[in-house]
Amino acid sequence: MPPFIEKEKCINCTYCAEICPLDVIKVENGDVVVKYPEECWHCLACQVDCPAQAIVMRYPLSHMLLHLEICKETEMKLGD
Amino acid sequence: MIKLCDTIVKTEVLIVGGGVAGLQASIAAAENGAKVLVVEKANTLRSGAGAMGNDHFMCYIPHIHGDDIDLVMKEIGQTMEGFGNDWNLMRNMMQRSFELVQKWESYGITMRPTGEYVFEGHSIPGNQRYHLKFDGKNQKNALTNAAKKSGVEIMNKVMINEILQDDEGNVVGALGIRISGVEPEVIIFQAKVVMLATGETTRLYPGVNPAYLFNVNGCPANTGAFIMGYRLGAKIVNADLPYVHCGPKFFARSGKGTWIGVISDVKGKAVGPFIGKPSRELGDPTAEIWTSVFKDRLKDGTGPTYMNCTEVSDEDLEHMKRAFVSEGISGLTGFMEQYGIDLRKDMIEFGTYEYQLYFRGLEVDQCSMTNVKGLFAAGSLCGNLRGSVTNAAVMGQIAGENMAKMAKELKERTITHSHSVIQEKIKLYSQFLERRNGAVWKEVNATLQQIMNDYVGMNVRSETMFYAAYKYVTDLQRYAQEQLKAENSHELMRCLEVLDLLELAKVVILVSNNRKESRPPCHLRTDYTYTNPLLNDKFQTIWKDTNGIHMEFRKQIL
Repeated sequence: MPPFIEKEKCINCTYCAEICPLDVIKVENGDVVVKYPEECWHCLACQVDCPAQAIVMRYPLSHMLLHLEICKETEMKLGD
Repeated sequence: MIKLCDTIVKTEVLIVGGGVAGLQASIAAAENGAKVLVVEKANTLRSGAGAMGNDHFMCYIPHIHGDDIDLVMKEIGQTMEGFGNDWNLMRNMMQRSFELVQKWESYGITMRPTGEYVFEGHSIPGNQRYHLKFDGKNQKNALTNAAKKSGVEIMNKVMINEILQDDEGNVVGALGIRISGVEPEVIIFQAKVVMLATGETTRLYPGVNPAYLFNVNGCPANTGAFIMGYRLGAKIVNADLPYVHCGPKFFARSGKGTWIGVISDVKGKAVGPFIGKPSRELGDPTAEIWTSVFKDRLKDGTGPTYMNCTEVSDEDLEHMKRAFVSEGISGLTGFMEQYGIDLRKDMIEFGTYEYQLYFRGLEVDQCSMTNVKGLFAAGSLCGNLRGSVTNAAVMGQIAGENMAKMAKELKERTITHSHSVIQEKIKLYSQFLERRNGAVWKEVNATLQQIMNDYVGMNVRSETMFYAAYKYVTDLQRYAQEQLKAENSHELMRCLEVLDLLELAKVVILVSNNRKESRPPCHLRTDYTYTNPLLNDKFQTIWKDTNGIHMEFRKQIL
């Protein structure tokens, strides 16, 4: 879901909390916290705008990109 | 009791929503001499559907497209932007579209990434192409800076929840809630004219993966706040014929026109008749002409259906990935990297998304004003003009110009904290905040979505279903008002979004029921299976006044 803030890199500027369009990141006791991860839209604003490049997005399984290779066989074989 | 700010914030032009439309309007109004305030519930730098960018700007450039505007109108009518327009507005919008392209260039937005005007995607083979391929990844930044440079004031992290009128029906201001701190604070605004620029309506129907309410292609913060206008008597139009988008099946994204590939079956064979090989210029028009292709082919078992980029050239693949960034959907690239998906080998399944009110909403005139004097609107909350980001830019500009003009002619308004609507709202918000044992907003949102899906959805529609749905939604609305609790400003915001959705749902049910015919693809009734030609060039409007709720089919302006 959510943005994952790498604490060693984070400089606590709180910019991500300011600009998140869904108000997912909040400042609590001076610390930046991803408070509402399930409300993340995955727009990447926080990751792109973080001045310390301290944010990585984790793409959750709820948002799985269903994919497969072209089925070339005349008879489809399911399984490995 | 919820905290109430003592100071009333005064301005001339109050703009609710700092997305593309709101910011453009603010620039136009300020440049025309008005004192302007934009109030945005997130931050204008990254808010709204245009948060991370757009890569297509529909426009008409006479020296490229020729002087025959009638041809332009005819061809637009054949595209996905063709439905639901009053054509006088579309004509005017397209005539001013190039002016806005040039304004955006002056704000520092790259409208010509190659140095030339290039038109790609969203196109019908054989017709002219009207979608300018641009790089909008910094558009919110650029528009915010241009607004500030013009003297616009911006207030972020404040959610406006009501527009206020005086006893004569004049717009006098608004009520908002500051959500930046844990504890919310009510702020009252005073203005001469107000604009709603709050965007489209998402989260009304279950999304691609219903347990995940925010997995939507449009901005999930946009939940039909234009209903504030309806409460003042503004007309809503075309809410009976919802919109569906499509894209990667379980990762809801906009920007299907950015993909370069062929919509294919599981064997990689093209499903549509338009292209056999990937085309940078066209994309694949199949999904735009046969809008339910993905859903239909799942239903009849010929699916699933895929976006097949396996034969895209290296150059075009790089071009597409760059365009994902411009369009603000580079999360797709991030996902593919994280999960090792290779577009050279893997086809991505696409799906038809849920019903949304995208360009279904307030009826506007040539000045981008609603029928409520002093209440303007632009962008994806308009119900009688499409145009995607071009609507936001051009109608935003038009609204701004007209708001400045109107503000000059109007005397300053007065508003006090004792206004009855303010008192009513303070009481409601306080109840939500003080309730210890109460309902969480998600319960209400999820249940509303299920009701809409089952009774007002894609599957079966009939009078008895609409009758039941209206009763159930009315019950849910009452329960929500009596039971919702909010522990902080964020939760209060979500509660109020859900209350807007409930009110809007009732409007949708009324107009859907009142359309006593079937109109493919999205309004298929089992009790009226025919399409009534008498309704072909008509739009249905709904509004309320002291005499009650009114619905009317009026002629589309052709």
